[in-house]
Order: sequence, then C-alpha cells, then structure tokens
Amino acid sequence: MGEMNIEFNVNGKQVRVSAEPNKTLLYVLRGNLGLTGTKDGCSSGDCGACVVMLDGRPVNSCMVLGPQVEGSSVVTIEGLASNGELHPLQRTFGETWAFQCGFCTPGMLVSCYALLELNDHPSREEILTAIAGNFCRCTGYQAVIKAVEQAAAELRAAKGGAGND
Amino acid sequence: MLRLPPIKLVAPTTVQAAAKAIATSDDNARLVAGGTDLWPNMKRRHQKADTVVSLMSIPDLDSIDSANANMRIGATATLANIIRDDKLRARFPAFAVAVASISSPPLRNMGTIGGNLCVDTRCTYYNQTEEWRRSIDYCLKEDGKICWVATKSPKCWAHTASDSAPILCALDAKVRLVSASARRELPLADMYVDDGIDYLAKQPDEILTEVLVPGSSDSDHCRSAFWKLRRRGSIDFSTLSVAAAVWTDDNDVVTRASMYLGAVGSAPMPVAEIDTVLVGNKMSEDGIAEIAHVAHKIARPMDNTDFAASWRGKMTVQYVTAVLREIAGLPQLRMRPRHRLKVV
Ligand SMILES: Cc1cc2nc3c(=O)[nH]c(=O)nc-3n(C[C@H](O)[C@H](O)[C@H](O)COP(=O)(O)OP(=O)(O)OC[C@H]3O[C@@H](n4cnc5c(N)ncnc54)[C@H](O)[C@@H]3O)c2cc1C
Ligand code: SF4
Ligand code: FES
Ligand code: FES
Repeated sequence: MGEMNIEFNVNGKQVRVSAEPNKTLLYVLRGNLGLTGTKDGCSSGDCGACVVMLDGRPVNSCMVLGPQVEGSSVVTIEGLASNGELHPLQRTFGETWAFQCGFCTPGMLVSCYALLELNDHPSREEILTAIAGNFCRCTGYQAVIKAVEQAAAELRAAKGGAGND
Repeated sequence: MLRLPPIKLVAPTTVQAAAKAIATSDDNARLVAGGTDLWPNMKRRHQKADTVVSLMSIPDLDSIDSANANMRIGATATLANIIRDDKLRARFPAFAVAVASISSPPLRNMGTIGGNLCVDTRCTYYNQTEEWRRSIDYCLKEDGKICWVATKSPKCWAHTASDSAPILCALDAKVRLVSASARRELPLADMYVDDGIDYLAKQPDEILTEVLVPGSSDSDHCRSAFWKLRRRGSIDFSTLSVAAAVWTDDNDVVTRASMYLGAVGSAPMPVAEIDTVLVGNKMSEDGIAEIAHVAHKIARPMDNTDFAASWRGKMTVQYVTAVLREIAGLPQLRMRPRHRLKVV
C-alpha cells in the first residue's frame, strides 16, 4: 500500500505528513517530523520511552500507526516547555536528579505531565501508578516521585492554591 | 528497532462492513483493535497479515453500559475506560482489579477488552524476535516443526495470557460474535480451546462485538476475587492467575461457585469441583484446602514463562487459598501476594 497523507496537530502546530500505513506514530514523529526527543527503546510496548499524549491521554507511540492519528492532537516532550520556559516538571526533574542517562526521561516526563494535567495533588501511589509503564534502569524511581511532588506543589502554588503542604 | 512489515490497512465504520472486509480479504487478513498484541507480534514476525482490518473507526463499538441490569461492554472499550467506570467498579470489583493489572497505564489507553479476550497465547520460545526464533529453527506454533517446551509433543503448550478471561468466565460472561453471514452468542468459557495454536473456538472471520455480564454476578449477588502472580507489579503478564465467584444465600450457605485458573494451560482452566465441594455448606478452611488441592492437579504450568514451572504449581495452592479466603472474609495466611492488586 502506498503512502497516506496524515494531517494532525503536534504540540499546537498543524502538520501534514505522508507515510506508509505500517509506519508507527513514533516513526512519523522522529523520521518525518524530526522530533527526536521521543525515544525508541523496545518498539514493543515494554519500556515507555516512546510515550506521548494522544488526544489528552498518554500512549506508547510505538503501538500507534501513523494513519490512526489523522485529525488528532499529539503532545511530545518538545511540547512541554512554553515561551522558552521549561515546564515545572522538567525543572524539578533536573533539581532532584530524576534522571541519569536520560533515555527514559522524555517518556517518563510525558507520563508525569499527563498525571498532573488531571490531578495536581497526586498521592505517592497515584504517581507510582502513572509511571508504571515507564522503565528506568538508572534512578530507582524515588527521585522521580520527589520531582513530581515538587512540581505538583509549584503548580498548586501558581494557581493560588494551598502551596507546599 | 523493530519495524512492521508492509500492510494494507482498512478501517470500516460499521461492524457489517468490517465483517465483509475480513470475509472477502485474502487468507492472510487479521482484525486489529488497540494493536497492543498484534503489532508487537507482527513486528517480531510470528503473526503475519497482508491486510489488517481495524475496528477502531466503528462508532459506539466502545460503549460501556454498566448501569443496565446485565452489563454490556462494547468490544473496543479500552481497558482504561473500563476501570474508570465507577458503576462497573462497584458492581464487578474483581473484574476491575483484573483489568487494572493488565499491561501499563499508557497501554491500557489503547488495549481493548475484545483484544484482551482474543489475545494470543504466549511462550518463552515464541514471543521473541525473528532472529532469536530463527536461531532455534522456530517452533510448532509458527514456522517450525518442534515444540521446545515438550520436544516429543505433537501439540503446542503456549499459555493463555488474558487476565480478564478467567474472571469473566467465573462471572458467567457471554460474548457476541458477528460474521458476514451469521451472528451468535456463547458463554465466554466456550470460546476457548485448550490448544496453544488453535486457542479460540471463534472463527477468524468472526468479530467479537460485545461482552455481556449477567446482573446475577454483580456484587449484590456474589463475591468474587482475582489474584495474579508475576515478577513485577506492572507490565508483566501473569505466570499464574486465579479468579473465583461465590454465591451464597441469606445464611451464608454457598448456592453456587465458579473458579478459573489463568496462565497454567492454553485456555482458562475451570476448577469445576469447587461447586460440589462448597455448595450446601458455609465456606470453611477445610473446604478451601480441598479446592486448593484439586486446583493444584488441574493447573498445568509448563516451562514456557517466567518462574520455575514446579514453583508456579505450588503457588497455585497458595493463590487459590488466598482468593477463597478473600471471598470468605478470612484473614490472609502468612503468605502475601507479591504485589498488592488494586484499582488506583
Ligand atoms: C508490554 C505488554 C504487557 C502486557 N501485559 C498484559 C497483561 O498483563 N495481561 C494481559 O491480559 N495482556 C497484556 N498485554 C497484552 C495486550 O496489551 C492486552 O491483552 C490488550 O487488552 C489487547 O487488546 P488490543 O485491543 O490491543 O488487542 P489487539 O492487538 O488489537 O488484538 C489482539 C488479538 O485479538 C484479535 N481481536 C482484537 N479485537 C477483536 C475483536 N473485537 N473480535 C475478534 N478478534 C479481535 C486480533 O485479531 C488479535 O489477534 C500486554 C502487552 C504488552 C505489549
Ligand atoms: S509451547 Fe512449544 S510449540 Fe508452543 S510456542 Fe512454546 S515452544 Fe512453540
Ligand atoms: S519504544 Fe514504545 S514502549 Fe518501548
Ligand atoms: S535515567 Fe537512565 S533509564 Fe531512566
């Protein structure tokens, strides 16, 4: 089957690409659009390095075919910062050493971002569940939990909420 | 980096059109829903298809009707939406726990209930890359001539991998199957065949359109539980699972009971004796011990997944005991589940 035209929104920008139907969203993002922040770890759903938001929910982009995102809206790691400012999560990941080699980080950050979009006061258990599809060989996850708690507190404070509690 | 082979992808917008597409395509056509089983299998080349018929463009095939007396779940309802449904969680808690134990949060946003019930059987010698399998000259299940798990065996022993199947079988669920020429409804338990290769009684051109769980199996009428043994608390498939449902009268006397074991056979394995042992009595430690003993004989753990097969057999006794103690409201014994299962 020949190439198909796919039109969708990535990080707020409308894009149009042409790809064969067997190309995954991961391939389209990295190969067609040059958005290489999203990583290919296992290509089979096991590692979570490829997690992006698809219509508001985190998914493994190695498991989604390009044509399936026609008309959808995708957020990748490149879309977390706005106006040249890192998202609080990106900053707290740095501050708490929530990454070492960094290979899992784009997917890990997107999973945490998806959590905080829905819930800016997550429990430790909710954070652990949110990252339960993201493999990290380096950190042992504890620093990640700390980073998410810190970013959540900042987001609440910015909204004029309870702040650090 | 694993890549999908070239495919023709069609995405009909009605069940009838999908049924026609799968019936009229070349022999090598397959259905896909979330793709979280089919894509990795096709990337590793142990499942093949020239045409893939996606069910994801069919509107309303993903609806969940949990308020209806008999619960109805459309085949393409995602696992994430199933555990998000408050009414469903309240009425069928063990089913929700089983679904919440499947794969990982991002995969559950894609994986569907229909795909989970039809998920391919698994084996250490099969769920590997093409290069890996070529190095052992493949195996009976795909491309090869020998079963590496039981080298003299004429049949494949790959294990059932679905975590929703054992609990839905225990809850008496039915499924509706639709093809271009016919439609039928059958007890879910009858959809499975204890054979690693031909593990479904469903024909390849039949589409599973919905799952029906009777109101008589909800938490007002029966108590149910699901336990799953695996190495990690997420992502890993079951190496053993136990699901059971027990119905009692007003005096706590058991009127019916049902139990299925997952991952220790090519189909969910019924423990039929549970009915004869428990019915007519209140649940007791002796009754539970007797069923655990029977289940140990029914379980057929093979050397085809994580953990030693003999240990998975021994753990069948522990897990059956734990499931029935949970249902009976008895405190758990010293043995703890490796991972506490709950819906977060
Ligand atoms: C890393 C990883 C971990 C996993 N862990 C688990 C786990 O712990 N427990 C578990 O049970 N599963 C697990 N899975 C398997 C899989 O994700 C789930 O079983 C999921 O629910 C499959 O649904 P799907 O819609 O993605 O299936 P698909 O891949 O779309 O389909 C699976 C099979 O069913 C057929 N099919 C799909 N829908 C229909 C239908 N409506 N009618 C007829 N045939 C149909 C397809 O042809 C295909 O053969 C895991 C997968 C991965 C990659
Ligand atoms: S049980 Fe035997 S035939 Fe079946 S997948 Fe495993 S090695 Fe292959
Ligand atoms: S690359 Fe997608 S989960 Fe590993
Ligand atoms: S930082 Fe190295 S894998 Fe997570």
